[in-house]
Amino acid sequence: MDHIDFSIVLHVWPHLWQGLKFSFMLTVAAFAIGMILGTIFAIIQHLQVPVLSPIVKTYITIMRSIPLILVLFWFFFLVPIVLGYFSSSGRPIPIGPVYAAYITFGLFEAAYYSEIMRVGLRSISRGQFEAAQALALSTFQTYRFVIMPQVLRVTAPIILSQTIILFQDTSLVYVVSLTDLLGAASKIAQLNGRLIEMYVTVAIIYLLICSALSQIVTFLKKRAEPMTR
Amino acid sequence: MFDVLFEQAADGRRYIDWLLSGLVWTVALAFFGWWIAFVVGVVVGVGRTVSSPIVAGVARAYTELFRNIPLLVQMFLWYFVLPELLPTSMGNWIKQMPNPWGAFLPALFCLGLYTASRVAEQVRAGIEALPRGQREAATALGLSGRMAYRLVLIPQALRLIVPSLTSEVMGIYKNTSVALTIGLLELTAAARQISEATFQTFAAFGAATIIYLALALVVHQLMVAIDRSVRIPGTEGGPPRRRFLLSLRGSGA
Repeated sequence: MDHIDFSIVLHVWPHLWQGLKFSFMLTVAAFAIGMILGTIFAIIQHLQVPVLSPIVKTYITIMRSIPLILVLFWFFFLVPIVLGYFSSSGRPIPIGPVYAAYITFGLFEAAYYSEIMRVGLRSISRGQFEAAQALALSTFQTYRFVIMPQVLRVTAPIILSQTIILFQDTSLVYVVSLTDLLGAASKIAQLNGRLIEMYVTVAIIYLLICSALSQIVTFLKKRAEPMTR
Repeated sequence: MFDVLFEQAADGRRYIDWLLSGLVWTVALAFFGWWIAFVVGVVVGVGRTVSSPIVAGVARAYTELFRNIPLLVQMFLWYFVLPELLPTSMGNWIKQMPNPWGAFLPALFCLGLYTASRVAEQVRAGIEALPRGQREAATALGLSGRMAYRLVLIPQALRLIVPSLTSEVMGIYKNTSVALTIGLLELTAAARQISEATFQTFAAFGAATIIYLALALVVHQLMVAIDRSVRIPGTEGGPPRRRFLLSLRGSGA
């Protein structure tokens, strides 16, 4: 190996930036889908809705027991078939790997966010529900205006921690040949043979972003402590 | 549905043998990786709680470094970058290691040291959850700092954190699948190979999913049994709920 030259990174930066933007997009999409579904799942379990509650529980257990890479393989195979089943033609619909990735990560993360929400819901005292009932709030109003705002406050640091993990996990789209930050770096490395520079650069970029976000987690934890004490 | 698994593959073995050999690699990687993670994790976790600023700083840097870089990127650093940075003869020796060891060993160290950073956080939380009096009592009995850790603090902290270590053990066996990116034929890779060879994707992925679920069940039962046998009497449910809630972190991959 000849000398290491990091100036190469500047030349290919636009490609890396494109990849990083996709990593961010995927994180945001998965976060949005995962939080909405996760909250719904958690409330279904909390209200012990018949039929739905055990289904949701099984779904979460399965998702949390198998590796994300296997889930990616499953969904990239299944999503077109399922969509085709619901469409008029009944044929598999190719939806493109980017949307398949959004759906996969969203549905996968929903299981993790839902567990966080479930623990958060358990930490709310009974009196809150009883008080809401005494005020004649409907079930929806109770969760929307009384319970969930408190749950979100308590769980904020954990949700952010999980989102940092999600951001790191988006690098796994490498296995389905999508071009995220790591995918871009690996493709460039294959072209110019600069493996060391490309992979070390990617590692540093991830390290900087995730360390900065971890600082926010520490801050949120400190803010949450006096309240829960 | 799973009939295809008992058909003969191109290499003379049955497809189910591919899966089983994948399972062996997955379990080996998770098992030996866990011991690296546990030993290094306890050392680093203790390091974060000592008064020496240098030791605490190094331990902190370790956890920050290994926790904030995605596992897959770390896998590539171990597999592609490390041999290039070592002296040429040593690098070549690593590169020429016969398969599957050439992929297994980097994956083992990568996974072990990555998980260690997560174990370290749990160990630290465990030690910090102990009442102050434990350390003070150890000092009053004339124990040195080292003895206090070895005889009083670490044993109690480890017994306390068994429930939260469960999620790290669950994490490490799932994370073994990342090793397929550097060419290790573990369980997920085996399932994909069967799917590509037979086009029976449902059967191949379904079988792998069932095996992973069974592994999860075994790991869970094992950890529950360990927790039951080592739990400190009178501490039903481990550390206080608030701390548990704040330290609860899932692992994706």
